[in-house]
Amino acid sequence: MLVMQIAQTVLAVAVAPLLTGMVRKVKARLQYRTGPSVFQPYRDLSRLFTKETVVAHNASWLFCAAPTFVFAATWVAAAQVPTISFDVALSPAAELIALFGILTSARFALALAGLDIGTSFGGIGSSREVMIASIAEPAILMLIFVLALVAGSTRLTDIAFFVASPSVGLRISLLLAFVGLAMIAIAESGRIPVDNPATHLELTMVHEAMVLEYSGRHLALIELAAALKLLFYVSLISAVFVPWGIAPSGGTFVQYIIAMTLYLFKLAVAAATLAFFEISIAKMRVFRVPHFIGAALMLVLLAALLRLVSQSF
Amino acid sequence: MLVAVTLFGVALLLATACFAALAGARPWASAAVYGICALMSAIGLVCAGFGIGAPPSVISLPLGLPTIGMHFRIDALAAVFLAVVDLGGLVASLFAIGYGRRERDPQKVLPFYPAFLAGMNLVVIADDAFAFLLSWEFMSLMSWALVVSHGRIHENLRAGLVYILMASLGTLLLLPAFALLAGSAGQFAFSAMRAHGPNSTVALAVLSLALIGAGSKAGIFPLHAWLPLAHPAAPSHVSALMSGIMTKVAVYVFIRIAFDLVGPVDWRFGMAVIAVGGITALLGVLYALMQHDLKRLLAYHTVENIGIIFVGLGLALVFRADGMLAAAALAASAALFHVFNHSLFKSLLFFAAGAVQNATNTRDMDKLGGLIRVMPKTAIAFLIGAAAISALPPLNGFASEWMVFQAIFLSSNLPQWGLRLLTPSCGAVLALSAALAAACFVKAFGATFLGRPRSDEAKTAKETDKTSILAMYILVAICVFAGIAPFVFIALLAPAVNLLTAGAMQVHPLIPWQPLVPVAGSHNSYSGLVILVCLIAAIAATALFVHLFANRITRRSDIWDCGHPEDNPLTQYTAASLAQPIRRVFASVLFHARETVDMPAPGDTRAAHFCVTMRDPAWDKFYVPPAKLVGYLADRINPLQYLTIRRYLGIVFLTLVLLLMVLAIWE
Amino acid sequence: MIPLVPDIAHFLAGLLVLLSFVQLYQSRLPPLISIFAAQSLALATFVAWQAQIQHAPHLVITAGITLIFKVMIIPLALHGLIRSLKIHRTVETVVGIGPAMMTGMALVGLSMALMMRTSAAVDVVVREDIAFALSVVLLGLLMMVTRRNAVSQAIGFMSLENGLVLAGTGAKGMPLVVEISVAFSVLIAFIVVGIFIFRIRERFDTVDIAVLDRFRGERP
Repeated sequence: MLVMQIAQTVLAVAVAPLLTGMVRKVKARLQYRTGPSVFQPYRDLSRLFTKETVVAHNASWLFCAAPTFVFAATWVAAAQVPTISFDVALSPAAELIALFGILTSARFALALAGLDIGTSFGGIGSSREVMIASIAEPAILMLIFVLALVAGSTRLTDIAFFVASPSVGLRISLLLAFVGLAMIAIAESGRIPVDNPATHLELTMVHEAMVLEYSGRHLALIELAAALKLLFYVSLISAVFVPWGIAPSGGTFVQYIIAMTLYLFKLAVAAATLAFFEISIAKMRVFRVPHFIGAALMLVLLAALLRLVSQSF
Repeated sequence: MLVAVTLFGVALLLATACFAALAGARPWASAAVYGICALMSAIGLVCAGFGIGAPPSVISLPLGLPTIGMHFRIDALAAVFLAVVDLGGLVASLFAIGYGRRERDPQKVLPFYPAFLAGMNLVVIADDAFAFLLSWEFMSLMSWALVVSHGRIHENLRAGLVYILMASLGTLLLLPAFALLAGSAGQFAFSAMRAHGPNSTVALAVLSLALIGAGSKAGIFPLHAWLPLAHPAAPSHVSALMSGIMTKVAVYVFIRIAFDLVGPVDWRFGMAVIAVGGITALLGVLYALMQHDLKRLLAYHTVENIGIIFVGLGLALVFRADGMLAAAALAASAALFHVFNHSLFKSLLFFAAGAVQNATNTRDMDKLGGLIRVMPKTAIAFLIGAAAISALPPLNGFASEWMVFQAIFLSSNLPQWGLRLLTPSCGAVLALSAALAAACFVKAFGATFLGRPRSDEAKTAKETDKTSILAMYILVAICVFAGIAPFVFIALLAPAVNLLTAGAMQVHPLIPWQPLVPVAGSHNSYSGLVILVCLIAAIAATALFVHLFANRITRRSDIWDCGHPEDNPLTQYTAASLAQPIRRVFASVLFHARETVDMPAPGDTRAAHFCVTMRDPAWDKFYVPPAKLVGYLADRINPLQYLTIRRYLGIVFLTLVLLLMVLAIWE
Repeated sequence: MIPLVPDIAHFLAGLLVLLSFVQLYQSRLPPLISIFAAQSLALATFVAWQAQIQHAPHLVITAGITLIFKVMIIPLALHGLIRSLKIHRTVETVVGIGPAMMTGMALVGLSMALMMRTSAAVDVVVREDIAFALSVVLLGLLMMVTRRNAVSQAIGFMSLENGLVLAGTGAKGMPLVVEISVAFSVLIAFIVVGIFIFRIRERFDTVDIAVLDRFRGERP
């Protein structure tokens, strides 16, 4: 039990940069560029870890502590998602609301860190981040409500197990929830069209503006946390909507190998889809983002409504 | 026995008030009075602790109205609220031992403070309508005296006026509520009211009156208008008591009437309470986001938490009406736990705000900044309070909000369609307000403690005194403990919850690893302790990795800011600019927020101006029209002042005859 | 595989509602047309599926009509139209997206409640399909009310008609004559609207139908 939990915890942090690398690679290929190798994020991280860290004169302890906390919290959340095995020893400690709560804690710390130096870029990033988060939160809660209505539980392993069972079939509420969650994931992990992770020096940036003052090992931890957050959402979507292949608890070695292969395949598909979506859409104005997330909220509300009306949706 | 000891403590508090009035402004008076208050609150807290599991303890005193006397009683519910009141009183008094030293007019605060504490204690243990209303009015008056204690500031006098008007309104509505409960037989004791429940029409009237009457003191929308004016006006330890504790006493009154005295309650009323709670929560936090006065922000934020508590109570009423006792117990536990939690972190935040105000002489966040460097201990206390109130795991605010959400999830089993649709929407609203609360406290903490100081006062501020810090850290410790071991407190709440809903949550108070489970057999579990341990383990692993493999050299340098940092600290993001995106999204419709920019032409050296105007819908819709009506009526009635004596006598005579006629026709 | 049979019909019907919502959300014309084509494709699949499970071969014809006209010809023609009129970059909404989506939600709720009440005796799956169809019709109407542009109004109208076909084919036994007449009415409506768009474009140099009000002297 505990072994698989530790394995999935380590796996999360090990493949997170790979996912980011795959997204970048596919994106580059779609734009007729060669692009760096899919392992480039690992090289970037090791480079950042070996550089010295530059901190502003007036930075407080909060500024230096935030990266570690943000990374740790995101890691804890990402480790709770069943990726290759339903054996998640910690799952009784944190069902979905708590899982998103941990991510909210991480965001709270990062938004504060953005304000610590007292620069205008930090402020702009923090204020926009909390705005986007506050609109996404009701959509997330309704999403959890829909999943609880479908699966009868808000524990992630239960939901995944339920969807994997043959009794589910095609459910329109699950389709709506899927679209809603995909939109939430894009907004929350700061991808185009809500935010652009590849940009600096642009007034529309959100996450990158918050972390502008960071360098060296601090920046490495924050980049890794961002990669983990993307991985969290991709794993969440694959666990909730395509849980097939995840090894049952107490599975055999072969099952784990299959699960691992399938998981990497799912990540590749998700990376390709995300990259395709990102190159075919333009970045939104900040004040269009509420519409985008509002639409996600409407979709999950519709799913909840349908599900409340009849069990067959 | 317990109630006698509590009453004895109350009597001592009243004696302390007299003593303080005599002692006046002598330098030792402050420490002595607050010391005694702390001691008395500690006694009350012990009594409450014993009262939680014990059978009701009753006493009747031959005071007050001749045939009735005054009854006092501590049952499980009263004990819970007594604990909230006295814990709050204890830490507030501790805080005030240091904080009160810098009070300019101690003789205007000291006599009323113990009396205010006594009043709150009495409301909670009152067991008949007369004792209750008397204590309630006493509590209101004493708190009013504290609000206007810094009367030199004009704003405070206006706050006092609005407050006393709203307090009178509250009492005015509770009076007929109790009259209806007492019935024609005039049974003023609560036990008699319990014995013969009113019929459904009367019950609905009583409940509505109680909701508005107690709600006006608790601060439900739109009756909250006095609260952000009055709470910041008082000295900070009193603000903490008013915002953290007195609002809970009002919640107690609502619970006592709606769950205990009225008997079975129709689900439609519970639905109304849920709706009112949802609206209150959302608007409260939006109001709070628009503030730049630190204490006013905290006061508005109380409105949000009251909304959450009322959602929990409404859910409990609904579940109880439909016979879902386990769910009702969950909702009631959530509401009571949030009552307790909010009293902790709201007091904590007000203490920290008071420390900031004392150190810098301002509450305006646009003049603060960078205090984390000069007041590190206060900053940590405020940070933990902010994280707790923003419902971040693994702290206590998250635990109680989590329980509310789980109760909302259970609503899909309710038989009524309206509720099944309303409750999830209310859940979405609560999620929105929780996220906005986080935004609000990013703003409050960021503008006050982070960044560069925006004024000399903020730059040269000194850390506050040791007893104040002790008081804050007691609360921090309880917040963290209640977050990682909520089951201890839920087990303590169980007798009260059992009283309210005839059910209780299944918890064992002594197993530290157990997760919180909403209803028996559910898989939706949460454990703050495990999350905290995981977080610590992850942090330790990260730190170890950095220690072993990363370059650990840290160089201090200038600010980067994309290459063009601005030296003037006034160019930083302010409280208003932090809230600007949220203001544009929500407030432009709700509060009619409008921005006007006056930019001089190039070459013109005149300063540019940026101005945000907002209108408060509550004032516009609910307060201005009645005020206009009253003014109009007063103008009409004004001529009556200038009549001859003969006409006055005529009016008196006519009134008498009219009343006699009514009496004749009535029977 | 038997339990999956009503599921797929349901799923497709729900997909139609979802695409109606996407239409409401989309304020630019070219994607709007593509979404309409996607919705029609979902409808064609639904009808073909119904033909399978109801053993009604005439429904295949309906599916074919939908596929040829609504998935291919009309969207292509519309794309050509807006390109030739140079209005393919237009962004327009009258009511904001938020309120429109909220109203849409309320309309779906309304049609659910209505169907639950009026057709309690009917088979559950059919009843819910009809509720979906009514939602699509209402959302199409909502689209026509909230949009200013004649092209998006036309799309709203055709999306409404998709709802009618959904209702007709979801239940058993709708005669082919009705199908064909409905299909042709849409075609005629499309032609009329197309000519209409050209005419107002020629005369007023815009396709904003608000100018017609002015022309009629209703507005100054």
